[in-house]
Amino acid sequence: MNELIGKPIDRVDGRLKVTGKAPYSAEFPLKNLAYGVTVQSTIASGRIQSIETHAAESLSGVIAVITYKNSMSLHTLTGGDPGQGKFGERDLLPLQSDRIFYDGQHIAIVVAETFQIAEHGASLIKVEYEEEKPVFIIEDALSDAFQPASALGGGEAQTHRGDADKALETAEAKMEQTYITPVYHHNAMEPHATTAEWTGKKLTLYDSTQSVVGSKNAIAQILGVPPDDVRLYSYFIGGGFGSKGFTWAHSVMAPMAAKHVGRPVKIVLSRQQMFTSNGHRSRTIQKISLGAGKDGQLISVKHLTTSETSFVDEFVETAGAATKMLYDVPNLDATHSIVRLNKGTPCPTRAPGEAPGTYGLEVAMDELAYQLNIDPVQLRLVNYADKHPQTGQPWSEKHLKECYERGAQAIGWAQRNPAVRSMKEGDLLVGYGMATATYPANRSASSAKIQLFPDGHAVIYCATQDIGTGTYTILTQIAADGLGLPMASVQCKLGDSKLPKGPNSGGSQVSASAGGAVWAAALTLKSKAIQLAIADKESPLFGQSEESVQADGGKIFIAGSPEKGETYAQLLTRKGLPTLETEITTNVSTREGAPPAAGGEKKGGDQESSAVKADEGVDHKKYAFHSFGAHFVKVLVDPTLGTVHVDKIVGVMDIGRVLNLKTATNQIMGAMIFGIGMALMEGTIYDPTNGRVVTRDLTDYLVPVNADMPAFDIQFIDIPDPYISPVGARGIGEIGITGITAAIANAIYHATGKRVRDLPITPDKLLS
Amino acid sequence: MEPFSIQQATDAPTAIKAVGAAAGSKFIAGGTNLVDLMKMYVERPAVLVNINGLNLNKIETLTHGGVRIGALVRNSDLAYHPLIEKRYPVLSQALLSGASPQLRNMATTGGNLLQRTRCPYFFDISFPCNKRTPGSGCSAIKGYNRSNAILGGSDHCIATHPSDMCVAMAALDASIRIEGPDGERDIPFTDFHLLPGETPEKETVLKPGELITAVDLPPLSHSARSHYLKVRDRASYEFALASAAVVLNMDNGEIKSGRIALGGVGTKPWRATKAEQLLQGRPSEELYHTVAAAALEGAKAQTYNGFKIELAKRTLIRALTITAGGIA
Repeated sequence: MNELIGKPIDRVDGRLKVTGKAPYSAEFPLKNLAYGVTVQSTIASGRIQSIETHAAESLSGVIAVITYKNSMSLHTLTGGDPGQGKFGERDLLPLQSDRIFYDGQHIAIVVAETFQIAEHGASLIKVEYEEEKPVFIIEDALSDAFQPASALGGGEAQTHRGDADKALETAEAKMEQTYITPVYHHNAMEPHATTAEWTGKKLTLYDSTQSVVGSKNAIAQILGVPPDDVRLYSYFIGGGFGSKGFTWAHSVMAPMAAKHVGRPVKIVLSRQQMFTSNGHRSRTIQKISLGAGKDGQLISVKHLTTSETSFVDEFVETAGAATKMLYDVPNLDATHSIVRLNKGTPCPTRAPGEAPGTYGLEVAMDELAYQLNIDPVQLRLVNYADKHPQTGQPWSEKHLKECYERGAQAIGWAQRNPAVRSMKEGDLLVGYGMATATYPANRSASSAKIQLFPDGHAVIYCATQDIGTGTYTILTQIAADGLGLPMASVQCKLGDSKLPKGPNSGGSQVSASAGGAVWAAALTLKSKAIQLAIADKESPLFGQSEESVQADGGKIFIAGSPEKGETYAQLLTRKGLPTLETEITTNVSTREGAPPAAGGEKKGGDQESSAVKADEGVDHKKYAFHSFGAHFVKVLVDPTLGTVHVDKIVGVMDIGRVLNLKTATNQIMGAMIFGIGMALMEGTIYDPTNGRVVTRDLTDYLVPVNADMPAFDIQFIDIPDPYISPVGARGIGEIGITGITAAIANAIYHATGKRVRDLPITPDKLLS
Repeated sequence: MEPFSIQQATDAPTAIKAVGAAAGSKFIAGGTNLVDLMKMYVERPAVLVNINGLNLNKIETLTHGGVRIGALVRNSDLAYHPLIEKRYPVLSQALLSGASPQLRNMATTGGNLLQRTRCPYFFDISFPCNKRTPGSGCSAIKGYNRSNAILGGSDHCIATHPSDMCVAMAALDASIRIEGPDGERDIPFTDFHLLPGETPEKETVLKPGELITAVDLPPLSHSARSHYLKVRDRASYEFALASAAVVLNMDNGEIKSGRIALGGVGTKPWRATKAEQLLQGRPSEELYHTVAAAALEGAKAQTYNGFKIELAKRTLIRALTITAGGIA
């Protein structure tokens, strides 16, 4: 059998994308389209005293200017689940009042015949403010810090086990340090964009989102229209990295403006606006204490994180999330405090929690290893968690030891001299560092529909979306394998809220969730076809048992006798069926602390198929589902100029079964590159006097470029996880960025003897 | 951006006349900086005069051995020109360390001379900025000034001159040819850019309507060596934290004389003339340290950029070491 799953198959949408034919949300040329440009506040706290719109309104080509004075009323949305609909800023619906909570808040929208006129009009709006003193630095507001009861989606925000303080006091070795990560902005290549068109009471949206269903629900409820009257498309998305997971003001303002002017309206955020208006990763201050025996056995871990939120919503950057499960330690405090600042509300960003949290934890582990003179890999093995240390559950699968072994082998870990500042290549210092990677293996309920057609091709339908990661491709592979069809005979339709509900692209869950549903649907549909054939006197398979029939190459046949059978096309044509189809829901949830998955959309009929039952039949509550990995890094540091070049990264990932070696490698490599950014250059700066973003574009907000690239060696353990789904694949979107920043920081320490505990590690910090 | 009209010029006199005739008019060549600034409302020209059709895109040898670079020569053409690569490697290296290939394919020699600062406060019209709006105040001095200048600043402006090309040209003792309403003139490179003083909005000695037509490079002796070194936060496509252009006349392993210019640290391309006077004798670490200390004399640290003083010294020492071919 020609197995497609796992193969390094090119993206099915690759040609469309590189030839510019893949339509993104700002690229639907609707008839009579008008253009909206938003005006933003230039103070961080206060009220609008006056807003002068006359000059803009008088400009030829301007259709309307909408402010809080003439805006329609909106409805607060309290939901916190991005899969169902989560508005980014609960208490700040756009254009509803004169209050200003942060610099960059949208305060008006100018709608015009062209983008250029709208933009010019926006520049003519004059605003007077009644300014209040803003607070925009965590340290200035610590007295008002509070511990939230839960994090996003009901996740645990405060974790305790044993008595961490007491155990720390008695520890033979102690390591206590504070680690700081700056604010990050997602900076997807494709800007946020929404196009809205009303047809009577029905609303059509083209919205760049990581959640077609969630975004549709959120916008409908905020506008006060029935969600069924709204249809949202997001066929292609040029990256999201978390910023398109929640619904933000511009996505509501486009349909507001469209209603106001009675024409379709498009809003595209500028790069500068993307630094204020679609969330960010909060700065984190992480106080970490490790207590251990002389052998390195941890007896106490404290990971106390303070991060920021806004005055209009709460978001917790759960930096302690990995700490509570990564090592076998009996006494632990992993707490999170948040502080309200006059900034936009933070949101999930590239492995929210785990990315900055594993920087803190895994640098702290490195510090402890050097303090105790234990090899950093050995320290991790000493504290290896054979089961989930908080819940006691067995892992569904865990092959982390093999990740350490293979990674160490590939980088030449044993050959290095572990003494700091001991290795050189020419005039450059050489450093090696490592760290553990981990991320939850989330899966949630998903529906999927597949149709077979008389010409032998099949179409998958699922209301999830491909944010650039390769979802179209891997779902096509899964369905093709399940049905026994070649890749070219399977089409995949996503990015449409009217399709059977799939997962939002967040928490690395799409491959496991939609992949599991598509696999079950494919098997169910194959079974239906076979049952049809074996009951049909005119079929060569008449009278055979279902178990004796298999499918491959578009044909169903007796196992071992390919000549005894017929094609799907022959079967459907003979039966006169325009289609043969199935629609099922796999109602499975592996999410930690999350409520049970929502009830399946389909019950009875195909929902009772053996494939669905087999999938849902696993006791998912019994296992802890996590992916693991290890990063090993070699850096070269110029000791005089302080510049760092990451020379090589080896990443060995245990993510269950690899669905597509090419897209999987892409995912890990992209995450590693963001890790290089976090370690060496990335971070948003706010003006110290007024809290306005200073680094508002990609000139001032640095991400790595080609010349910064190391040699990559990306490997996978590739052992299927039979408990997450019959496909065996866990998600891969985020694990690559966990641990990598620590591995680089640890390598820099090994090279230089300098421990930098506030990111990024820029040349100035290595000069002295 | 604000609406503007655009006019095509076919020769220098008509271009100069067109710019002189309309208030708020500007020449446009590659547009790699001007158009960005127009999009940010920092520049609001009513009229653009397109000079791309002018015959100013040649690189020619001058009779005395120097080289004349037409103002419209693109940065990439200049960087890869055999004459420049062979005789003036410092200039080729400086050009190739700036921007990206796409930008270098558009950006012109004349435009690069007039490149505006990348101070983020200059780019954001919501902030006061004396360079953009004279008298409004300097946001960088009390703000986030990690990228700002430590040399040549005033109480009114500490904006760094961003060009790499200009640093090399300063070290090469180039001169700038200008054509204007009153005819032609030549300006020594180091006199072309102005210190901010109390008028940071005035960045060069160009008078209204004047057009840069060429840059002349004087001949270098056959034994001359040159090098450009740039230190930055990432390996490419980023402005300098500190850079150094060095030209040395060597004889028998000894430095006879040398010229030094620094980038990323000054409010203009920073020629370190005082340090050059010390640059003589057998190469040694001691000599380089003395020279570097002199080059940074008078440097003033702001809240976030104090590291540049040490970094610039080290960058210069490294550049001198490389140029001289190692410590003798």
